[in-house]
Amino acid sequence: MKLDELILSPSPWLAPGGPQSDIVLSTRVRLARNVAGRPFATRLRAEERQDLEAYLKKAVIKALGARDITWFELAEVSEIDRRCLVERHIISRELAAAEGQRGVAVDGHQRLAIMANEEDHLRIQVIFPGLQLQEAWLEADSVDNHIEEQITYAFSPKLGYLTACPTNVGTGMRASVMLHLPSLVLTKQIDKVFRAVARMRLAVRGLYGEGTQATGDIYQISNQASLGRSETDILKTLGAVIPQIVAYEQQARQVLADESPAILDDRIYRAWGILTHARTISSEETLTLLSAVRLGLHLVRLKGVDIGVINELFLLTRPGHIQKIRGKELSESERDVARAGYIRKRLGSS
Amino acid sequence: MICQRCKKQPATVHLTEILQNEKRERHLCEDCAREEGVAVKAQINLQDILSGMLEAHQVVGKEANLTCPDCGITYAEFRSQGRLGCPHDYEVFAAPLMEVLEKVHGATDHLGKLPRRAGADLTQQRQLMQLRRQLQEAVESEKYEEAARLRDLIKHKEASGETG
Repeated sequence: MKLDELILSPSPWLAPGGPQSDIVLSTRVRLARNVAGRPFATRLRAEERQDLEAYLKKAVIKALGARDITWFELAEVSEIDRRCLVERHIISRELAAAEGQRGVAVDGHQRLAIMANEEDHLRIQVIFPGLQLQEAWLEADSVDNHIEEQITYAFSPKLGYLTACPTNVGTGMRASVMLHLPSLVLTKQIDKVFRAVARMRLAVRGLYGEGTQATGDIYQISNQASLGRSETDILKTLGAVIPQIVAYEQQARQVLADESPAILDDRIYRAWGILTHARTISSEETLTLLSAVRLGLHLVRLKGVDIGVINELFLLTRPGHIQKIRGKELSESERDVARAGYIRKRLGSS
Repeated sequence: MICQRCKKQPATVHLTEILQNEKRERHLCEDCAREEGVAVKAQINLQDILSGMLEAHQVVGKEANLTCPDCGITYAEFRSQGRLGCPHDYEVFAAPLMEVLEKVHGATDHLGKLPRRAGADLTQQRQLMQLRRQLQEAVESEKYEEAARLRDLIKHKEASGETG
């Protein structure tokens, strides 16, 4: 698969139709692994980094040869393309910004991504649409087993899989669920959710990970602790908490529809009006408005718009993608104009 | 907008001050704001929290100087970077690290998945790392015969690890 094809094709984590997909966008399981007998990636010299990447590439391709896997050398990928890969959650911001030899293996469905030479030698990541914790874990586990046939991992019987940062040691697993919670934000109950979640040793982050603000009312909830509990137990905790948050969001949607229909509709239709008529629009405003339209469609207060297109726009209007679509580098103000034009085109207005 | 103080960096901190009933707006970059003693509410991430936690954890002189014989990192270096240098560090820094793990995870023992080939002998793993280090040094001091010998030895050891 070519990189251009990958970047311009629909992303599985925004595909409608996954379980609970009106509220749960996607489920992700990430495993951190390191090769035994080598320093962690941050301590590698340039030649060692190169040597390790070649070793990992060979091992991963051999392990997963049966799958449709493509390896991309990130040192040879343009900045815009790397930005798009970050926006697609295929690579981390750290890997995009890093220097030296590093790579990523991606499967044809963009469901599996394996980063090489991030802070850990390998980061295996599986993304499924909707709420599919068990499915995502089984897939990641199976990929991990295949790779392990080729590579001896750094592992200690007491501490489990050894990682560069002690926050990931043990299972090396981070399971996270991406949620769209506009009504809990609108009814100002979102802080209550955060407090409850924190008590369960779970972490809340924005759309683009650590230190990013929640934009478009999208939040990621993931396990904080990776040591001292089995993968299954970690998934159980998430599996118990997420449906409750989904239920709160549903309740809040009902309350809004029952008690303040005019305010709700006003919000949805203003968002629709701006998206279909704006001539210049920032990516933050776009996410906020798309969030309101998405809510309107799920509550059937706005009709005749394809939810799939709205979901796709969450990704295709990001700064990297809008430049990719235009096929050239754009300044911020040029992007805002291009973005407004692209949204109008996709939503069928002129 | 450019910082009014250093006139170099973009202004990201915007202040409204009222002095003797006169309103004054100021636009500063984060560095200048910090120097002027303005508290900047920054985004918090896990990394910062960990560094903070490590900072708060009083390290007696002896622990700060703990050094890994394999990768050369000191405990003090790890504290400032938040990243370990190699797998062996978990043993070298075991004493202070256990307290960190207890705080972060609420546990210090792995209960999850086991690699199927857990045979990966820890001593052999360390040997490999030391050989690689010697190889690097041999290459740097242009001792190419020695380097070739070490490279073969590493290959041999890695291959035997893969089958066993």
